[in-house]
Amino acid sequence: MSANFVALAYLIAAVLFILALKGLSSPISARRGNMFGMIGMAIAVLTTLTITQNLIYIALAIIVGGAVGAVVARRIQMTAMPELVAAMHSLVGLAAVLVAMSAFYNPVAYGISPLHASNLIELFIGTFVGAITFTGSIIAFGKLSGKLGSKPLHFAGQHWFNLFLGVVMIAFGIMFIFTESWTPFLIMIALALLLGVLLIMPIGGADMPVVVSMLNSYSGWAAAGIGFTLNNNMLIIAGSLVGSSGAILSYIMCKAMNRSFFNVILGGFGGGDSEAGGAGEVEQRPVRSGSADDAAFLMGNADSVIIVPGYGLAVARAQHAINEMAEHLIGKGVKVRYAIHPVAGRMPGHMNVLLAEAEVPYDQVLEMDEINNEFADTDVVLVIGANDVVNPAAKTDPNSPIYGMPIIDAHKARTILVVKRSMAVGYAGLDNDLFYLDKTMMVFGDAKKVVEDIIKSLQH
Amino acid sequence: MSSAVDPVIINLTVFVLAVVVGYHVVWNVTPALHTPLMAVTNAISGIIIVGAMLAAGPEQLDAGTVMGLIAVMLAAVNVFGGFLVTQRMLSMFKKKSK
Repeated sequence: MSANFVALAYLIAAVLFILALKGLSSPISARRGNMFGMIGMAIAVLTTLTITQNLIYIALAIIVGGAVGAVVARRIQMTAMPELVAAMHSLVGLAAVLVAMSAFYNPVAYGISPLHASNLIELFIGTFVGAITFTGSIIAFGKLSGKLGSKPLHFAGQHWFNLFLGVVMIAFGIMFIFTESWTPFLIMIALALLLGVLLIMPIGGADMPVVVSMLNSYSGWAAAGIGFTLNNNMLIIAGSLVGSSGAILSYIMCKAMNRSFFNVILGGFGGGDSEAGGAGEVEQRPVRSGSADDAAFLMGNADSVIIVPGYGLAVARAQHAINEMAEHLIGKGVKVRYAIHPVAGRMPGHMNVLLAEAEVPYDQVLEMDEINNEFADTDVVLVIGANDVVNPAAKTDPNSPIYGMPIIDAHKARTILVVKRSMAVGYAGLDNDLFYLDKTMMVFGDAKKVVEDIIKSLQH
Repeated sequence: MSSAVDPVIINLTVFVLAVVVGYHVVWNVTPALHTPLMAVTNAISGIIIVGAMLAAGPEQLDAGTVMGLIAVMLAAVNVFGGFLVTQRMLSMFKKKSK
């Protein structure tokens, strides 16, 4: 088939990908958008099949890979989405490296022989971004799935060592461009693989939402870089869409944690024992505590209740229980809504998916910025499995490590209920002034157990 | 217009325009759907499958085509896994039934 026809088919696929992303502006249009994405991918793949040989092998490879992907997509737990996403980034990274090596091995296959200096530069960039994405994502996967400790790993002079490695890698890249030989190319790849490991190792568990978004971005740039080498607009467009998406998500996550991108990348925060200066020592202050029955009474008699869920809710597997509780309250005429902090889950938007899985209607679920003005008029706030994101110190105490971080204004409500296992500190290792307010009542216990007890009490 | 435009410039044009489009489209994504956004971009970055198929394309099987075939398989995991898991997540988002 002619190259022009192929290019036009790629154009259609590119537009369909853009529509797929556009659909995500609302849950109503999102499913149709995803359908557009699938059609776009089908067009791209089928068109490419018309200009390749070895159809049987290629089809076989697609079937094997596709079957694995389909099974995983069906079985994966929603709490494990961050791990799945990280694992998939690593596959894209590795695929990019393999395609680059193949292109260098046999440039004729891509119609880019003889290789120009510009081809080689593009090949170098696409390859090292792919290699860093590959190993970096494996480390992120290991940390997210708990196979590696989530604590940041440090050694002396780490940043200088990484910088040194980066410079050496670039030197071999330049050598590759001038000599067009395999040795510097392979050494460059090996250094990039090592760099991927070293860059992600020092980053702590709490910062994983940023890391996952960043690797999402890298996987796109790697595909775009390969597209430059192959003069393939399909790869450039799709890769750029993914790259900018991941970059924007990283930015949103950093902003939600009030941290600069470099601060996250240079690492060290979120291991639970950060250098925040003995913040782990919680002074003994009196708190008011109550039972699940008390909580049920307060919420049952309120006009409005806002639930502030954190990842602790998912850890306790209490999502379904909380939805049942909310339905009981709604049945009693209480207005119930959920307030979601951008970093409430382990990846952007994670908490929304976890609540949707528990059949919480999405129109009850509001973002922090949408609902923060309404807390002052709210009777009861139920904070469950969340801690740092409702810590008023972020607004009031300039000495606090989280000062300046946007928070959910739970402290403005008339009554605050906090469900918590104990008085232990959150990720940032800080005590939370919210717990000591006169209008706050602590309900100690496992989130699921407490919510089930509240439901029992509401039924009477 | 005596000399033809270098393909690098054409690539760069396409790249910059795609980044601008991506920037605007992604800012319009509702934060509630950021996880599905990530899953679907995972699927879209599986577009590397196109490059992989070209690598696997030449009739003669050698190191180049074998690497291409492995890359096709890896990218296919992303394409199918990414779109299907996105679909699964999106089907969970429901409005109040009443």
